[in-house]
Amino acid sequence: MGRIKKIQYDCRQATYLIEKGQHTRLSIVERVKLAIHLPGCSVCRLFRRQSRMINRMMRGLFQASATRGHVLDESVKREMQEKIEARLP
Amino acid sequence: MKNKLFQSATNAPDARQWVGRYADYLYSYAVSRLEDDEQARDLVQETFLAALERLGDFRGASSERTWLTAILKYKIIEVYRKRNSGLSMVRVDQGPEPEFFEHSNGHWKEDFAPRPFGVETADPTLRRELAAILQRCIQRLPALWQSIFSLKHFDEEATETICRDLKITPANFWVIIHRAKLNLRACLQKEGL
Repeated sequence: MGRIKKIQYDCRQATYLIEKGQHTRLSIVERVKLAIHLPGCSVCRLFRRQSRMINRMMRGLFQASATRGHVLDESVKREMQEKIEARLP
Repeated sequence: MKNKLFQSATNAPDARQWVGRYADYLYSYAVSRLEDDEQARDLVQETFLAALERLGDFRGASSERTWLTAILKYKIIEVYRKRNSGLSMVRVDQGPEPEFFEHSNGHWKEDFAPRPFGVETADPTLRRELAAILQRCIQRLPALWQSIFSLKHFDEEATETICRDLKITPANFWVIIHRAKLNLRACLQKEGL
């Protein structure tokens, strides 16, 4: 199998590069590999779309979780306060 | 009151006020990152006690809250490391090749090839449903993968920082990100999309 054919077949490598490319800048070689693979592979193009969508949704999920306020029980707070005061001069 | 706040930001920390001022903030910070109320509570307590022991380190260059949060964050990363030192590490380093691709040429196996979700839509109800499914799928991932996502999405940490904190190599980091995404996507597909 020629080198180009290999790249065209290798969806594992292509999806790996799609992921890596969403977090960092790919090298020229890596970008060329994707440019060879993607035009002929609708499945990996679909994977890329879905992967980006998942990333957007994850950001949303984590942001929602980060802004949700949680409140400690008063009894727990009292206990913390006592432990702190016991250690103060 | 105003004067008091100002003083606490510039002078020595006022440990008697910590619980009232920062306990809920620190607790929320820990709960969102650990998904474990009890552990979060313990870490907040530990953070206060650790801070008491190094009151002298506080220079007033940052706010009291920032200083306490930094101590808490360090403790959270320690929890991540502990969680990761179990089986999840083995799964990542020595796990079998993902079954998603043909071993010989890396082509998608037919059964695992992505299919359209059919929900590339703006319908808010469907979106919420999808987000709930995604959350369940994330919780099924190995602990190490979850802690990477957490550092990435909560703190927008750089890859190098995450690798250093969790003691993984960059090469391993990309392999984990890749496998995590393959699994998440497959999980979404499976959970009735």
